[in-house]
Amino acid sequence: MAERIVVDPITRIEGHLRIEAQVDGGKIQDAWSSSTMFRGIETILKGRDPRDAWVFTQRICGVCTTVHAITSVRAVENALGITVPENAEIIRSIIAGLQQVQDHVVHFYHLHALDWVDIVSALKADPVKTSALAQSISDWPLSSATYFKGIRERVQAFVDAGQLGPFDNAYWGHPAYRLPPEANLMAVAHYLEGLEWQRDVIRGHAILGGKNPHLQTYLVGGMAVPLDFNSQQAVNAGTIATLRALFAKAKEFVEKVYIPDLLAVASFYPEWTKLGAGVGNYLSFGDFATTPELDAEKLFLPRGVIFDKAIDKPQPLDMQKIVEYVAHSWYEYEGGDQGGLHPYKGETSPRYTGPAPPYKFLTTDGKYSWLKSPRYEDRPMEVGPLARMLVAYGSGHKRVQELVGLVLGRLKVGPEALFSTLGRTAARGIETLLIAEQLESWLDKLAANMDRGDLRVHTDDKWDPSTWPDEAEGWGFHEAPRGALGHWVRIEKGKIAHYQCVVPSTWNGGPRDAKGQRGPYEEALVGTPIANPEKPLELLRTVHSFDPCMACAAHVVDRTGRKLAQVRAISPLALGVGPQGNREKVL
Amino acid sequence: MNLPIYPTYPGESGPPFLNSDVAAARPGEETFFDTLRRKGLSRRDFVKFVGAVAGMLGLEASFVPRIAHALQTKKKLPLVWLEFQDCAGNTESFLRAAKPSIDEIVLEAISVNYHETIMAAAGHLAEEVLTRTVKENPGGYLAVVEGSIPTADGGVYCTIGGRTALQIAREVCGNALATIAAGTCACFGGLPAAAPNPTGAVSVSAAVPGIKVINLSACPFNAANVTAVLVHYLTFGKFPAMDALGRPLFAYGKRIHDACERRAHFDAGQYAEGFGDEGHRQGYCLYKLGCKGPATHQNCPTVRWNEGMSWPVGSGAPCFGCAEPYFWDTMTPFYARLPKVDGFGVDVTADQVGVGIVAGTAAAFTAHGILKSLQRKRAEASEEGGKEK
Repeated sequence: MAERIVVDPITRIEGHLRIEAQVDGGKIQDAWSSSTMFRGIETILKGRDPRDAWVFTQRICGVCTTVHAITSVRAVENALGITVPENAEIIRSIIAGLQQVQDHVVHFYHLHALDWVDIVSALKADPVKTSALAQSISDWPLSSATYFKGIRERVQAFVDAGQLGPFDNAYWGHPAYRLPPEANLMAVAHYLEGLEWQRDVIRGHAILGGKNPHLQTYLVGGMAVPLDFNSQQAVNAGTIATLRALFAKAKEFVEKVYIPDLLAVASFYPEWTKLGAGVGNYLSFGDFATTPELDAEKLFLPRGVIFDKAIDKPQPLDMQKIVEYVAHSWYEYEGGDQGGLHPYKGETSPRYTGPAPPYKFLTTDGKYSWLKSPRYEDRPMEVGPLARMLVAYGSGHKRVQELVGLVLGRLKVGPEALFSTLGRTAARGIETLLIAEQLESWLDKLAANMDRGDLRVHTDDKWDPSTWPDEAEGWGFHEAPRGALGHWVRIEKGKIAHYQCVVPSTWNGGPRDAKGQRGPYEEALVGTPIANPEKPLELLRTVHSFDPCMACAAHVVDRTGRKLAQVRAISPLALGVGPQGNREKVL
Repeated sequence: MNLPIYPTYPGESGPPFLNSDVAAARPGEETFFDTLRRKGLSRRDFVKFVGAVAGMLGLEASFVPRIAHALQTKKKLPLVWLEFQDCAGNTESFLRAAKPSIDEIVLEAISVNYHETIMAAAGHLAEEVLTRTVKENPGGYLAVVEGSIPTADGGVYCTIGGRTALQIAREVCGNALATIAAGTCACFGGLPAAAPNPTGAVSVSAAVPGIKVINLSACPFNAANVTAVLVHYLTFGKFPAMDALGRPLFAYGKRIHDACERRAHFDAGQYAEGFGDEGHRQGYCLYKLGCKGPATHQNCPTVRWNEGMSWPVGSGAPCFGCAEPYFWDTMTPFYARLPKVDGFGVDVTADQVGVGIVAGTAAAFTAHGILKSLQRKRAEASEEGGKEK
């Protein structure tokens, strides 16, 4: 009997995502992806100083906390014809690379792992056997029986205390969990180690960006972090040594913990290399400069598009072919909701037509999401680590080909296994290793420039708005952890006249378009087995394999001048938080 | 500071906790100290950890035993973390917590029953945990709110499980013993509430009037400050003293400018004039590049970020004033100089400046552009003053 299931909130993601699915015969027959939060950041940007835009767009997301900042400064620089000094480009690569590595590891252990790892089963593990397992797959030093016994006891005490906190009410014991207790215990240990590791390695962002989250040294025209071997308040030999140590630590954890765990976990779930393929079209803007300037033809991760899984034939990307639809999104187009618009013309007015909350189901035959539906040549495209690795593989990227071959060989599967839920998860691991290997070489390049006396981090020829043309428009691109990200900006008389972001999770998580073509999440979910509709663990596996980031995905620009609801912010003094309100003395 | 001192050790009885909302652990129940011990932490390490927390909170050494006692005797406090119009930046910052570390907090110090970004359960099973926590612990759990709450058009701009953020906040925060507003969006509306506030976004205090809120502003908040507030509560059963904007004085009682490592350069009239110039490389004052440190209350210069590694000004970036209400409208353009910095005395308190900024905000909403141009003009004027100084 057909049944409509709702998972809202989808947890262990960034932001607010709701999935509705039609389940029949133990399988998902159809699915609808809905983003349920909207802030209107691009509307807020209108009329502001374009040099400030990155600070605003950075707050689109605190998880991928670097990506909208980089893309925004690149968009403004593109509009104004600014080329940044090589050092600034290198620093941006280092920051973005570290973000990629840290974010992917956190995704694997803290957002995705519990779809495959049963914590409760770990309690039954034999520490001696766990140690043997761990030592058979890696020479990571934290692998003794005593160590795993301590972890098991820590989890046991936590369970016995009766307050399960964030692990309460989950799908423990679900028949779709396949790992033996020892593999579960090993993964739990690495879940905890990963928490410490992420906090530690991200300190590299503090050095170059002042803090993480929300690094503060981005700048139109370069970066605001000074370089000088002869100053204690600039990047100097000492800070470079600290960064080098952090990058070594980052790489070691990826090589010795993440990749072995990924392969070990994947080997227990071979059927997931045949599920969750999705739309089969892939898009990458490419990123990471290999020349002093950010030349789109010479990027470390190449640019390109792939249609119908034809990985040997990546096509060149034509930015003009990107359009967004709102046929199933809570927005209106002036020329009718069936057409698509390029981001430069992107016109949007929010208009909610869904059910009045509280509601049980969305009206999925009408509009049902705050995301728009981006399309390339009118086709839905998947973006993210899998798209990047496929485009790089097909473009002849040597290291990517080696690493992909290695992983496929270990799992004893062919390249077709990449088009799957597990393929997506494996591609993320491959990419993490690829980038972790690059961090140090970028740092070397920066140090070599400094050694030559090149300390430039900023070009200020076009810093002053009086040097700008009356009108200018441009776009910035970036490969964020979750995929291809673009910002489009138009500047008029020194102010932002138009701003539009087309975001990875919008590409992947958007609803159907005017032709009724499903978005990548929706398409990937069709055919997913569901053993128990009350506990749709399998649904989470495929959705999480995309690493959704919904705060990024939902945001629009209002070009039509529709009067937006204006609510004056209420003074905190009027809210009982003033001197007579919340004031409290300790003693 | 004339509290009686209670030196306590395992097995001894400690002081009564006035107004404590957390039940003492019953025999057999594990306390924070028990779990740390089990993890192999020595008594000596534990006292060191408590000492660090006391230092963070600005407490005398005599408080160390009291904190230690509390952490040894209390049952884990339930906490629910709600995300509304947010970017998860405060969640990420919370994950950077080092003293105590995030795994110690989540597994041992408190019971994080609901947090969408980290919890294992999903969908209605996740919502069930939230409902159960509220029902079983009326007035006995902490709520954390991250992100603003949209009120326009019936609240349709943020729904979770089919319910609006407003509906959820009223139920969950309304029954909590207190709510921590995590970050400037939850404290003051933040970015979604920046002009023209397309979704009618408001702070948690505005959305649920009359509840007890501890505002931990900044974009995002600093993990060091939220852990200090949690430990303070676990220790004393109360929250630390707060300023007029509901922010703890230990973290927001001073201006960035007052404790800035570049202050000597400001006083000496040494300014960075451009990014990457000699002054910038030598760590001169960033005032001329737009630093909002003189108008911003936050302990960045002293606690710094990411385990003390650096902080924005330390890495060469001007302060953007992110801990202040409405900073998206009152502190922009970010690279424009603050007006009349010389006019602020070091004795100006958070209360006075807080009021000034709130008053300025009304103008910001009605005459955004006028204020900006005024600010710029005044900045130019005051630049002259800076030179004279």
